[in-house]
Amino acid sequence: MSDSPGLATLLRHHGIGRRDFLTFCAGLASALALPPVLAPKLAHALEAARRPSVIWLSFQECTGCTESLTRADQPSLEQIILSMVSLDYHHTLQAASGAAAEAARRQAMADNHGRYLVMADGSIPLGDPGYCTIGGMSSADLLAQTVAGAAAVIAVGSCAAFGGLAAAEPNPTGAVPISRLVTGKPVVNIPGCPPLPLAMTGVIAHFLAFGRLPELDSLGRPRVFYGETIHDRCPRRAFYDQGLFAKSFDDEGARQGWCLFQLGCKGPTTRNACATVKWNGGTSFPIGSGHPCLGCSQPSFWDAGGFYRPLSRPAGLGPGMAAAAVAAGAALGAVAASKRPSERQPVTLDDLETKS
Amino acid sequence: MTMSFANGLAALRPRIDAPVAAFLSSCVRCGLCAEACLFHTETGDPKYAPIMKLEPLRRLWSQEFTVMGRLGRALGLSKPMSDEDFARWEELVYDSCTLCGRCSLACPVGNDLTLMIRKLREGMVAAGHSPEGLRKAAHRALTDISPVGVGAQSARKLIAAQSREVGIPIEIDKHGADWLVLISSMEYIAFPEMLGALARLFKAAGQTWTIASDAYEATNVGVQIGSCDVARAIVARTVDAAHRLGVKGVVTPECGHAYQALRWEGPNLMGQAFDFEVIHLIDLLDRWRAEGRLKTKGKSGLRLTYHDPCQTSRRGGLDPQARRLLNLVAEDFVETSDPGPWNWCCGGGGGVSANPRARDLRFKVFAAKKRQLEAVRPDAVVTTCSNCRNVLEESLEHWGMELPVLSLTELVAEYLDEVPS
Amino acid sequence: MSLLLWAKGPGFALAAVLFLLGTAMRLAEILRLGRGTDLARPRGAAGGQALRTVFSRFLPAPGLFARSPVVHAGGYVFHIGLLVVVIGYGPHLAVLGIGGRGLPAGLIDGVTLLTMAAMTALLAARLRDPVKRLISGPGDYGAWGLVFLPLATGFLLVNRVLLPFEPLLALHLLSVEVMLALLPFTKLVHAFTFVLARGYAGAIAGRKGAHS
Repeated sequence: MSDSPGLATLLRHHGIGRRDFLTFCAGLASALALPPVLAPKLAHALEAARRPSVIWLSFQECTGCTESLTRADQPSLEQIILSMVSLDYHHTLQAASGAAAEAARRQAMADNHGRYLVMADGSIPLGDPGYCTIGGMSSADLLAQTVAGAAAVIAVGSCAAFGGLAAAEPNPTGAVPISRLVTGKPVVNIPGCPPLPLAMTGVIAHFLAFGRLPELDSLGRPRVFYGETIHDRCPRRAFYDQGLFAKSFDDEGARQGWCLFQLGCKGPTTRNACATVKWNGGTSFPIGSGHPCLGCSQPSFWDAGGFYRPLSRPAGLGPGMAAAAVAAGAALGAVAASKRPSERQPVTLDDLETKS
Repeated sequence: MTMSFANGLAALRPRIDAPVAAFLSSCVRCGLCAEACLFHTETGDPKYAPIMKLEPLRRLWSQEFTVMGRLGRALGLSKPMSDEDFARWEELVYDSCTLCGRCSLACPVGNDLTLMIRKLREGMVAAGHSPEGLRKAAHRALTDISPVGVGAQSARKLIAAQSREVGIPIEIDKHGADWLVLISSMEYIAFPEMLGALARLFKAAGQTWTIASDAYEATNVGVQIGSCDVARAIVARTVDAAHRLGVKGVVTPECGHAYQALRWEGPNLMGQAFDFEVIHLIDLLDRWRAEGRLKTKGKSGLRLTYHDPCQTSRRGGLDPQARRLLNLVAEDFVETSDPGPWNWCCGGGGGVSANPRARDLRFKVFAAKKRQLEAVRPDAVVTTCSNCRNVLEESLEHWGMELPVLSLTELVAEYLDEVPS
Repeated sequence: MSLLLWAKGPGFALAAVLFLLGTAMRLAEILRLGRGTDLARPRGAAGGQALRTVFSRFLPAPGLFARSPVVHAGGYVFHIGLLVVVIGYGPHLAVLGIGGRGLPAGLIDGVTLLTMAAMTALLAARLRDPVKRLISGPGDYGAWGLVFLPLATGFLLVNRVLLPFEPLLALHLLSVEVMLALLPFTKLVHAFTFVLARGYAGAIAGRKGAHS
């Protein structure tokens, strides 16, 4: 932890006025489901907070999560987040490279042992470590070494949280999520491809202001951002309830803004805040733009049965399999019901003689 | 002694065919067959549910002819069948089923339960679990031709007496006659006037007929007890006689089961198609009516109703023929409820009337018919089955009802326009 | 793998295989037994009456409605209701790959409730009526459950009751899959074999010129 000036000073240094900062805090308090009266307290806490050291590890990822974070809106969220923390190691953003970069990481770990945060994006190739090495270290080793002295781990994006694209079938690298390899440390999953910037900043702000992580659900996601489904807050929800569905991207239903369920929308099974927070400065989100939700923040969303296949439509059976089942059944039935020789003695006169 | 449990199963197995499997696969246990069965409606006893009567057949089919049943048996999940099962079902299969076919017509999935009871009886009799009364009747039918003991000599005398009565010769064993006519047991012993009526009708229609001295009996106890061996032996007599006498066709009398036995089971029992026609008397009379061969004069003024015999109406489709003939001679014909295909059985078909053990039950379930008759209050009830006729008379007497039971054939003969000499 | 994904993938495939295999098996069991050639000269047309009987048995037998009103009324409401819900509900049409908008959601809700009410009445009748109680076995009550569960989970799913969407959708799919998988091995197979049964009955009677 650097003995640097407080956040307020840094922000001013970055050209962000107190008014902008308070506006940001009010929005953040709302996003974190805090009562509005807590907004000033949040601001005060943030201003007073000492910046934690953050080590950002990138594994099998596409840098989309970093893009999402740094393209954040609001009063230069990028600057806020970078002011909130001391980003001591980040492949994409750091100036240092090679041995110097690795040295910076080790320095930060030593200086802030037990207090620094690890943010990780991307999955870990357990099957074949050769797919992703950094400075000659395997991803798993780098992670293990780095989290050993961390206060908490934040898995950013669906790859880090659930394995993501790399873990999709047939998972050639043997990719696993961060949480699989971290024991004894709290892990927060912030899934999404990419995740909402607010979800990332919210978790960090919560940690800074209250010294602990927000409440998590069974998949390790902060409930405040992942407590409801897209469907629960979808502006097209009324059409679903009325049974009005777009059947193609170019039909009358699509033009009327009807529900996209039958075009494969995963809104009903996807927990995220896109429908309320939205993207690009609150401009819109996929469903708002006429595209079904892909469910990118859900586990194994790549393998969830097809982006454009309705949620309720099963995968189906190949004609070969169907024919084999029918043939096997017919053969089984025919064998069971085949007549077997059965010797019958005819009824004789003697048989008809009265007997008791 | 060939009767045994194993022989019962062996006799039953070949009866299980695609229709039986389709029927047993389709049953949803809705219980509607019970509501159609007079043995259930009149007693209220659930054990008389027709589908229940088929349990031994269902179990044999399931255990030996289905994948799951065979699997279940191999794993010891189902109780193997035993002689005890056949023994316990004897009363249900014989005493409380007249093969009337009402359940078959009512079943929503189309199960012909009656056909299956008929098949099940093949196994029951081969296992040695058939009623004594029916076994005795079958024995007599095989040894003395008549199941009720009307020997050839007695038959000959009865025929001669009736011939004299109406003044028309009835020739026995007449070679080259148009028709070989069978007479039912009940007609010999209770309604011999039928013979005279036949003589007058055939004469009026200008057709020749004869009765065979070795096949003068129509009743086929084999079909009733459910033994193809006995049934075949009885059918064979008629087939031989028809061939020997060179007739064009064989007429089955006013009897439901005799018609089913010869017309429908006959060729299959013999293993070959008949080269002569088999026709029910009522069908023949209606054909003559249509051809203008039957001229009647006057009509009965009595209020008449018709009792549809199950095997000729529901399971024979001859109900329109009977009504056309009836309207020829009846001025005041009134239908009971559920006429034609939906008639209620007299309670004595399917061998029940030949089974003394079932007598009280048969009288009890006659209540259904009784209600129908009481609702229309006829002067007489007409029918086209001598067994129905006898059972109706007995049951009406049992219930203290005064109601004459008439034969449609005799009624038509009565109103024949001057028989040309 | 989540329950929903399992239900949509392997679960559905397993159910479909069992359904196809079992149905083919049951039909083969029947058809393999065959029928002997009827040597008696026909007196009527077997084929026409077979076809007629397949349809005529949809109508109640005279007098039986009054004797067994619950079975008849309940039976009609249940069968027709099930058909309406299965092929009248928009999302079902989409799953089945059939076009069309489907019936209004409110109507489907009502029909579902009515169908479940009819099934409950039929179950009560089965438990109370001495005949039906006597002829019923575990298979009859089990089959009732197999059909009732998809209706119940479907209703909860549409109305978002008790559980969130995803687990309800998974349960609904699973209940349908269990029903499909077991259909051939229970009395539910009558959905297919009734055509054969009625057809055979009609053909047998039709050949005689008798009633069916």
